[in-house]
Amino acid sequence: MNYSYGEKTETIVALATPQGVGAIAVIRLSGPDAIELANGVFFGKDLQKQDSHTIHFGTIRDGDQVVDEVLVSIFKAPKSFTKENVVEISTHGSSYIVNRVIKLLVRKGARPAKPGEFTLRAFLNGQFDLAQAEAVADLINSDSEVSHQAAMNQMRGGFSHEIKSLRDQLIHFASMIELELDFTEEDVEFASRDDLRILVEKLLRVIEQLISSFDLGNVIKNGVPTVIAGKPNAGKSTLLNALLNEEKAIVSEIAGTTRDFIEDEINIGGVIFRFIDTAGLRETTDTIEAIGVSRTQEKMRTASLILYLFDLGDTDMVEINRDINKLENLGVPFLKVANKVDKANPRFIKELSTLHPDTVFISAGQKENLDLLKDRIMELVNLDKFRTGNTVVTNIRHYDSLTRTRESLLDVLTGLDNEVTNDFVAMDIRRSLHYLGEITGEITTDDLLANIFSKFCVGK
Amino acid sequence: MFPIYDVIVVGAGHAGCEAAHAAAKMGSKVLLCTMNMNTIAQMSCNPAMGGIAKGQIIREIDALGGMSGIISDKSMIQFRMLNRSKGPAMWSPRSQNDRMRFAEEWRLALEQTPNVDFWQEMITGLLVKDGVVTGVRTGIGIEIQSKSVVLTNGTFLNGIIHIGEKQMGGGRTGESASKGITEDLIALGFESGRMKTGTPPRVDGRSLDYTKMEVQYGDPIPEKFSYLPSTTSLKEQKTCWITYTNKDVHESLEEGFDRSPMFNGRIKGLGPRYCPSIEDKINRFAERERHQIFVEPEGWNTVEIYVNGFSTSLPEDIQYKALRKIPGFEQAKMFRPGYAIEYDFFPPTQLKLSLETQLVSNLFFAGQINGTTGYEEAAAQGLIAGMNAHNKVKEKESILLKRSEAYIGVLIDDLVNKGTEEPYRMFTSRAEFRLLLRQDNADLRLTEIGFKQGLASADRMILVNSKKEETKRLISELKQIKLDPGSYNEKLLSLDTAEIKEKISADKLIRRPHLGIKEICSLDESIARRLEHYSKDVLEQAEIQLKYESYINKEKAMADKMIQLENYRIPLAFNYSGITALSAEARQKLSSVKPETLGQASRISGVTPADVSILTVFLER
Repeated sequence: MNYSYGEKTETIVALATPQGVGAIAVIRLSGPDAIELANGVFFGKDLQKQDSHTIHFGTIRDGDQVVDEVLVSIFKAPKSFTKENVVEISTHGSSYIVNRVIKLLVRKGARPAKPGEFTLRAFLNGQFDLAQAEAVADLINSDSEVSHQAAMNQMRGGFSHEIKSLRDQLIHFASMIELELDFTEEDVEFASRDDLRILVEKLLRVIEQLISSFDLGNVIKNGVPTVIAGKPNAGKSTLLNALLNEEKAIVSEIAGTTRDFIEDEINIGGVIFRFIDTAGLRETTDTIEAIGVSRTQEKMRTASLILYLFDLGDTDMVEINRDINKLENLGVPFLKVANKVDKANPRFIKELSTLHPDTVFISAGQKENLDLLKDRIMELVNLDKFRTGNTVVTNIRHYDSLTRTRESLLDVLTGLDNEVTNDFVAMDIRRSLHYLGEITGEITTDDLLANIFSKFCVGK
Repeated sequence: MFPIYDVIVVGAGHAGCEAAHAAAKMGSKVLLCTMNMNTIAQMSCNPAMGGIAKGQIIREIDALGGMSGIISDKSMIQFRMLNRSKGPAMWSPRSQNDRMRFAEEWRLALEQTPNVDFWQEMITGLLVKDGVVTGVRTGIGIEIQSKSVVLTNGTFLNGIIHIGEKQMGGGRTGESASKGITEDLIALGFESGRMKTGTPPRVDGRSLDYTKMEVQYGDPIPEKFSYLPSTTSLKEQKTCWITYTNKDVHESLEEGFDRSPMFNGRIKGLGPRYCPSIEDKINRFAERERHQIFVEPEGWNTVEIYVNGFSTSLPEDIQYKALRKIPGFEQAKMFRPGYAIEYDFFPPTQLKLSLETQLVSNLFFAGQINGTTGYEEAAAQGLIAGMNAHNKVKEKESILLKRSEAYIGVLIDDLVNKGTEEPYRMFTSRAEFRLLLRQDNADLRLTEIGFKQGLASADRMILVNSKKEETKRLISELKQIKLDPGSYNEKLLSLDTAEIKEKISADKLIRRPHLGIKEICSLDESIARRLEHYSKDVLEQAEIQLKYESYINKEKAMADKMIQLENYRIPLAFNYSGITALSAEARQKLSSVKPETLGQASRISGVTPADVSILTVFLER
């Protein structure tokens, strides 16, 4: 096969978990020699004699030297992610250790995997359906813990299952309508309007849930667009650098990977925050205009989070209140961040915390209260629900189809409200079937008829 | 003895009769071959025409200039408009018919059609030369020459009738099966299959106790099928009755299950997924305690009764025993037992949209030979096949109806593109543009097409044009009629509708639920007088067009989108195998179906939207 990813007979290796975050890192090997290669550096049981889907404790050694204590999972072809022999080595989450293990394996004959190569192999080996393949594609691009979780969930079929159940419910609903239209003469009980309403409301709830997960799904994938807003000299660049430096302490090993020149990404608790238009912020002279300037306003409008930063030493209450008022009108979640707390007048601090009890007092320069700030940021974006394993829509195409499905279903509801007859209701249902079909594959009349014939005794 | 015919039609059922009539009417010299001239246009199964989706088809046949509507009207004994409580697209005319009158009316109509000759004999083979059909061979060895042949063999091709463990060759009870044609077609390279259908027992109406049944009357104001004023609606109607099976009936039937050809595997043909036979209903829906039985008279004068809902192939003694446990049937005398029949069909994916076969030029198939079930479905195909046989012989363009234009278009498009795994029956749900395909506007949709084809008469065209103009005039008149709150609010409230706040035109009011032209007229005598000269058809048409305008326009917009692909013609000789970007499945399916348009290609199963885009690219070149 003529693809640029080399031969499938090669065994490839790469870090499978996000770089630099988490206590544990997983290094994945895939290919015919995966088990043999792992066995060559592993001290413990003979991995080549172990069953598929087993986990083994032991050490990775480079010559005489112990590199790390590890857990090794074995997946034999074809019952693995790539349908090839796969070994996953869980090491401690240190970049140093990870790099050493990977280098070791490469020395033994593995080839470093190219971006997406595991997925490509999985796909070529027929592992995924379209929805799953797209989720896997997202997985390749994702580089944060939560994003990984969302993609993993989708990949495990969470999304496919949810959509399939949605599809079945919609087919059921549509067949209840069609039954009454095409088999009105038959001696079967038709669904009442109330039943139909309950059904469609249930469908709408499921769809709403999937749709609303998209914003957050997007956040997980692309990062939370964040703006630090404030007057020149409020300390925006200092704050950004302070946050970045904290970050760098964790991710120093991947410096120079894909850091955008205009935007900075900071990983807080596994969630990426994308700071918009911060190029100027790291310069000594601040180029970002103050609140009220239209360009900044535009930036703020597109943000999902605003850090409103002000210098306690040179901002008065009137100005703060005015800015907060403007921000409230903007409708974007924002945090009030008072900087230079170390140099501030205690009376002003007291006054401020009485008037705006949710203000976070920090000192960017002294790196004071940065953890508190991060906690408050996390609270504000409230990504908790994504850690519970709910299905998350991350694909814009799916999002679009779901939105259209919802619109059509709302029309169905309007139709039921206006007491139009079921033939008109059916028209809007068909539209919703069509749009959902864009995700699940076309839903045909035959699907509806099959459902009717299996559930109802019709035909003379 | 025989001239060279333009069209030979083999089989004189619903499909054959429509085909022969249409081709002859358009000017072809036609020979209609049947095994028995006394059974022309036999209703093999229920004595009824129309019904949901099927009634719309009859209206379409009539609008195009076919005969089924007229024949149904002339032999009608009861009329009901089904689904009246739903929107106008669902209104479906259905009639009970006098079985003998129906056949007689068809025979007389064909006899009076110039250019139709008859020949009674079994046709046992086809004459084919260089891939073109040139005639037929009869049972006694006569070769009759023709420029085209329409096969409408129904259930007769190698038909086998099953009653319990007995089985016998036959195309209908008491009539022999037809041999030879299947074998010829297979030798020509056609793929064939077996299907199965069935019919219930007939009983003596004098032996039934109707007091134990529910009465089912016809509509108080019966309508009819044909748009022509030459037929009239019924003044008097026969009644039907409804009764129900019960546990005793089911138990009696179950006693015969071990001798049922359905269950012991003797029947190999494909039956439908819905359950037309009573044993199927009991077997698949064991929890149901009763099933509906429609007791339908077979005609004005005969005492014979059709037991609709009791189709069965169980042994006749079981049929008899079970029948007598139905309320009202305690003393029933059976005239004829129910039976199942298996017959050959040819997967319709071997056809072009004109219903001409891909393999043999000038050979057309219509009706059950294509895997369909139902009189209406058969008649519609017969009509199109007859018209297109004529068109082919006269070197004219085929008539192809679009899915957004007619149920007949949906029917043929489904058959040719998707084939069918079970006897294909029309449902309104099969039509994606159901709101456009109404029984009230079949004439507006199709008569002009029928007229241009030379089938629909000038009279029909005049009627349609006047209906169109009158409807337009009425709508603009309704827009001019203004109602003010002062004079009408009281009356509006009494009609159970909200008050008006400012002057409003009548066409706007009609869009409200529960309001129609009739209600508007009831508001004011002067309005009633102003509109009284409009015919019922026109009033109905205007009301539907106004009331459902937004829905109808939405569907029209969608249909227009689809038509864009429909207008993208693909050359018949297009070579799909060369396009490696297409999926292997798409290449194979496209090569076998040979779609005539991009729209058709997009509906073939296994052809993805990506494949269609790729095709577009190649067709653009």
